[in-house]
Amino acid sequence: MQSIDLATAPLREMNATLQAQAAQTNATQWEILNPRGAHAIAVGLDAPIEVTVRGSTGYYCAGMNKQATVHVTGSAGPGVAENMMSGTVIIDGDASQYAGATGRGGLLVIRGNASSRCGISMKGIDIVVQGNIGHMSAFMAQAGNLVVCGDAGEALGDSLYEARLFVRGKVKSLGADCIEKEMRAEHLEILRDLLARAEVDARPEEFRRYGSARKLYNFDIDNAAAY
Amino acid sequence: MCGIVGLFLKDKSLELQLGALLTDMLVTMTDRGPDSAGIAIYGHSASEKAKLTVQSDHADADFDTLAQDLGDTLGAKVNLHRKDTHAVLELPASKVNEARDALAELCPGLRVMSDGATIEIYKEVGLPRDVARRFDLAAMGGTHGIGHTRMATESAVTTDGAHPYSTGADQCLVHNGSLSNHNNWRRRLKREGLRIESENDTEVGAAYLTWKMQNGASLGEALEGALDDLDGFFTFVVGTRDGFGVVRDPIACKPAVMAETDQYVAFGSEYRALVNLPGIEGARVWEPEPATVYFWSR
Repeated sequence: MQSIDLATAPLREMNATLQAQAAQTNATQWEILNPRGAHAIAVGLDAPIEVTVRGSTGYYCAGMNKQATVHVTGSAGPGVAENMMSGTVIIDGDASQYAGATGRGGLLVIRGNASSRCGISMKGIDIVVQGNIGHMSAFMAQAGNLVVCGDAGEALGDSLYEARLFVRGKVKSLGADCIEKEMRAEHLEILRDLLARAEVDARPEEFRRYGSARKLYNFDIDNAAAY
Repeated sequence: MCGIVGLFLKDKSLELQLGALLTDMLVTMTDRGPDSAGIAIYGHSASEKAKLTVQSDHADADFDTLAQDLGDTLGAKVNLHRKDTHAVLELPASKVNEARDALAELCPGLRVMSDGATIEIYKEVGLPRDVARRFDLAAMGGTHGIGHTRMATESAVTTDGAHPYSTGADQCLVHNGSLSNHNNWRRRLKREGLRIESENDTEVGAAYLTWKMQNGASLGEALEGALDDLDGFFTFVVGTRDGFGVVRDPIACKPAVMAETDQYVAFGSEYRALVNLPGIEGARVWEPEPATVYFWSR
């Protein structure tokens, strides 16, 4: 295990060291000590390494992640795993607003709650939240899966494209053009796989599925009131 | 973008450290607001006495004989404690309004930052670290305090544009965000007799809360009212003589983190403002919900 202590090492040096790991690196295990809410920890990684951040992080932790597994043992500030391409990001605590925003791939697991705008404009990322999510989550979400084991806040999935939303608890309200949809066998299979990969103990049958009514794809004067 | 910090102590043994803890929190928020900084600190009151915090751009000339002159006008003893461009005037509580009028006559360039039994406000243009050093904030004790680091959006980078704002005795407000209906409310509140001295949107927010509380609302009820009546983006942290409140607008895009232990309730725009507080590792840390009022009082 390689260790970088942010009490002494500069943040940029830590990111440069992690970003320099090649695909064939032998140094696959890393830990970051004393994050103390710093911004942009473990961003832009592109190697199959495992990074454990021991504590809580500020803005944009694990942004643009490719291949790497980033595990935060505390909570994460705004924009965690923003624009993730692949790999896995796990937050043991809560995540602040716009977790997983615009993510294109990979898996983001939040063991606590995520606040507003979780998965906003997601484009292929899978997000599993064990707790609740805040308002305007999955706004304009285009692809990928958002799984919420708790409740969802107001205006879930507003102006949604083809992302799949699975919620076990209550949904305060659905956004424009987001509707509940039938849970078919293939959806249960997707959900079972995601819950297993996220190591969440929940039964797929307990969830409801939400998706796009596909009425806002093209401008239609009859829908003007919904814009 | 701005930075907000706040600390409400439950444990008296921390009171002597209040200024030092708040200063550390404030300086950590420099990235969010390097233009100017300010702090409102609630100390202990002497009975029957009130404190007026005043500021002058010509402190040497203005403060020289101010205590004597004001005392003569009021026919009462006035003590002056100077800190850089600010001074705290201690005078009989019954003379506060008279003193405000007298100061406007005696020293027209003087700004009254706050009045009340326990509140003192210090704010200036400059890096938070430099502002804190000028006023020796770290040496101040008290029961609770609120600080602000400013990146200006709504009005000029001046002392008047810096937070906190106080529009009522022992009340103050700091704000991250921008209000969009403040001009309308400024006109209305001025008609209601509120004193609003700057063009800043936050001062209108402060006056709104003062107005609500003048009309019988509790701090919590005043903050509930703000959710209905104020339009725009805001995370507010409010201080009163014995209370401390937080509210965020329903969209809640301005960040906020809170922490509570047996010793204190703390607020920071970011978690890193809180990391040096004692016992933070074991604190309950959470993000305040949108459109939800939080307040504590002793």
